[in-house]
Amino acid sequence: MRNAFADEITQLGKSDSRVVLLSGDIGNKLFDPFKAQAPGRFFNCGVAEANMMGVAAGMALCGLRPVVYTITPFTTTRCFEQIRVDVCYHKAPVVIVGTGSGLSYADLGPTHHSCEDMAILRTLPGMTVIAPADSTELRMALREALRLDGPVYMRIGKKGEPDIHRGAPQLRIGRAITIREGTDACLISTGVMASVVMAAAEILDRRGIRARVESFHTVKPLDDATLVEVFSTFPVVAVIEEHGRIGGLAGGISEWLAARGPHPGSLLSFGTDDVFMHEVGTQDYARRKFGLTAENIAEQVAARIAR
Amino acid sequence: MNRPQAQTADLENKARLLRARIIETSHKTNTPHLGSCLSCLDILVAAYFGVLRIDPSKPRDPVRDRFILSKGHGAAALFQVLALRGFYPESLLDTYGQDGSLFAEHPPAPAYLPGIEAATGSLGHGLPMGLGMALSARIQRQEYNVIALLSDGECNEGSVWESAMMAAAQKTERLLAVVDFNKWQATGRSEEVLAISPLVDKWRAFGWNAREADGHDIGALVQLMSKVPDGSGKPIAIIAHTVKGKGVSFMEDDNNWHYRIPSAAEVVAAKKELGVAA
Repeated sequence: MRNAFADEITQLGKSDSRVVLLSGDIGNKLFDPFKAQAPGRFFNCGVAEANMMGVAAGMALCGLRPVVYTITPFTTTRCFEQIRVDVCYHKAPVVIVGTGSGLSYADLGPTHHSCEDMAILRTLPGMTVIAPADSTELRMALREALRLDGPVYMRIGKKGEPDIHRGAPQLRIGRAITIREGTDACLISTGVMASVVMAAAEILDRRGIRARVESFHTVKPLDDATLVEVFSTFPVVAVIEEHGRIGGLAGGISEWLAARGPHPGSLLSFGTDDVFMHEVGTQDYARRKFGLTAENIAEQVAARIAR
Repeated sequence: MNRPQAQTADLENKARLLRARIIETSHKTNTPHLGSCLSCLDILVAAYFGVLRIDPSKPRDPVRDRFILSKGHGAAALFQVLALRGFYPESLLDTYGQDGSLFAEHPPAPAYLPGIEAATGSLGHGLPMGLGMALSARIQRQEYNVIALLSDGECNEGSVWESAMMAAAQKTERLLAVVDFNKWQATGRSEEVLAISPLVDKWRAFGWNAREADGHDIGALVQLMSKVPDGSGKPIAIIAHTVKGKGVSFMEDDNNWHYRIPSAAEVVAAKKELGVAA
């Protein structure tokens, strides 16, 4: 995904001279094409994220379209107050990109995990929160984000995430994309969990359960129309995210449900537990530890339907 | 846009008038941070009436100079200066501190009040934002300058020094940081709370062209603050030695006035000292 990001931002930087790329001392070589075409619009801001976010806000207030890029915890929790005050209170059109989000960096330890980022950024007034499923969604979301006149946070994966979309579907911020039709249950996937969720739908299919899958790339604002439809249509709606079960997409949908009143559909939430994962392991190991596997998702959904 | 042409004596008169208004407003509206406002007022007057290339009738002009009150708790001073400079009618200030007023104890976001360039109040934010603006001038091939006014207490914040390093790395010569060095912060001597000395050497060591100045010599401040860029190829810092509570004998260098509100009698006494009619 990060390669797709680098390629897309290079193209966007070519067509729009307001686009500025700020990196927190990562992406060595990754951004060489951007630097080559727009040498005055790339800034390695060093390991100084609070300053980087303030600089981006200042640029946005002068009419530029800064895109801030570093590893997720450092572009979110590290500089939360700068995002809150400098970016959001000023309604500054800054696109904040967190790479290696969720458990992408499982083997780097809890300092590099990010299972709280969507929860905290979602609280900020005016903030749009996006978690694209694959490189195709990332490219389209980035393009759309730069058209918005306000702050956007986008959490992306690392590399090697499977492609979900074959073609190039229309992506509109705030509108989920149905990536598999079904009649018996709905699986709402956000971010890079999409391939696992599609595999879960396959398993369910073999058990005679037709699951619809939604790529819910926009975590804020919630796609109200889709939520009304799926909670009215399906007995079970499962939300799957590589993020804590507190405050992420499932958290947002829980708030939505509480405000809307009872719906026929019941909510099942798959995400990380309320712990720091201190054991070393691959991303797959970490996902297994938290039940974020196709098998477990299918099992739980089938059990809930049978109940 | 051109620099305003002003006589130093005229600016000093404005400063006296503004001090009286700030003290009066503090009394009427229970607004604290009087000591901080009086300490930075002469820097504000020099900037707005002698240095900044701005047009109050076009507050969002893309090529204007930008001024950020990074020490946002000096807002009561900034609000008075902006009114006198013509960004909004002075009568608007009558709403100060009332429910629904635009005037909080710290500057609001620019969308809400003409003349404001950044919402500050949480310290350590103004210099990074100012750096972003100064870099924008370079990207846009414009010649606007950016001034950020910091307090010495604010230099406790790590983000100030993050920003200082990046500004130096980028040779951001259109960025001027002025530190209102009144030797106090909210609850103690800035030297004792965190070891701030040697402040000028710190800025130099961080790659800035730093110099000291008398933060109450308006004429000298206008001269110094107008030389941006100064040919050094570096960002510029002015460490302005100031007195907290400057201009009123019973407030000067007394840190109680960080939070204390003057009584009616104290307002009268202060105005008498300032030579401003009641």
